[in-house]
Amino acid sequence: MFRLDGKTALVTGASGGIGSAIARTLHAQGARVVLSGTREAVIRELAEELGEGAFYAAANLSEPSEAEALITKAEDVAGAPLDILVNNAGLTRDMLAIRMKDEDWNQVLNVDLAAPFRLCRAALKGMLRRRAGRIVNIASVIGTTGNAGQANYAAAKAGMVGMSKSLAQEAGPRGVTVNVVAPGFIVTPMTDVLADAQKEKLLSSIPLARLGQPDDVASAVLYLASDEARWVTGATLHVNGGMVMA
Amino acid sequence: MSEIADKVKKIVVEHLGVEESKVTPEASFIDDLGADSLDTVELVMAFEEAFNVEIPEDAAEKITTVKDAIDYIEKQKAA
Repeated sequence: MFRLDGKTALVTGASGGIGSAIARTLHAQGARVVLSGTREAVIRELAEELGEGAFYAAANLSEPSEAEALITKAEDVAGAPLDILVNNAGLTRDMLAIRMKDEDWNQVLNVDLAAPFRLCRAALKGMLRRRAGRIVNIASVIGTTGNAGQANYAAAKAGMVGMSKSLAQEAGPRGVTVNVVAPGFIVTPMTDVLADAQKEKLLSSIPLARLGQPDDVASAVLYLASDEARWVTGATLHVNGGMVMA
Repeated sequence: MSEIADKVKKIVVEHLGVEESKVTPEASFIDDLGADSLDTVELVMAFEEAFNVEIPEDAAEKITTVKDAIDYIEKQKAA
């Protein structure tokens, strides 16, 4: 179950905590994995560590042309058409709305929503033709609950869910699935900066009584990327320890 | 029959998996050849690739039959 032998996957944001865990998991299940990220040295090192079947393709997804070209670039380095796309890259520019600049809004919407759309669009062309493919978009619990100081991020992540449902309807008849994984609070450098008091408060709201690990997210991605998830599309899989039950 | 018409027919047969005899000039992709909306988009993309032409969205909408496709591409190629 859940083997990905012979499959080729692209993981964006693979230099980050969750992205690298996803890449490791897919690779361990037999997939050829192309790591993408802005920090070339980091993804190259991870690709070297994973060894055979791991490749890297740097891209700055805030540039529309680089996002557009990444699918072809990934297929070139892997030497095979793309079977699995994991849109994991994202960034935050937190600020209370009344202080938020257009630039902060636009940058987050561009990288967290427009870039995944561009990657989906480019990947779908081949997937639809081949009548097979898996797209897994990484959203966030914040897209469901909202969060003070994250109007831009919440909008992008909620938008990702609506986009994925639409793409799922378009691509379904061709055997391509599009799903979302919405992580809750995961232990990564991004959440390490939270104060202990904040963490305590968070923990008390999580029935499973711990913060998530990147591997918890990676396992959910693996399921949705596998053949076994063949009758699941347009779904959002919440991986948040029960903090929000949507 | 022109070279373009031949090639269009071949692409239609390949993409829609229909009998070549059904691909007459008057045949409508959706009504006669069983295409859905996604098929028509894929067909247009296939034409663009095969003939190295760009077919903008408003022109693509008007291409509903085999003849529409042939005429449009012939016009582009002649221009």
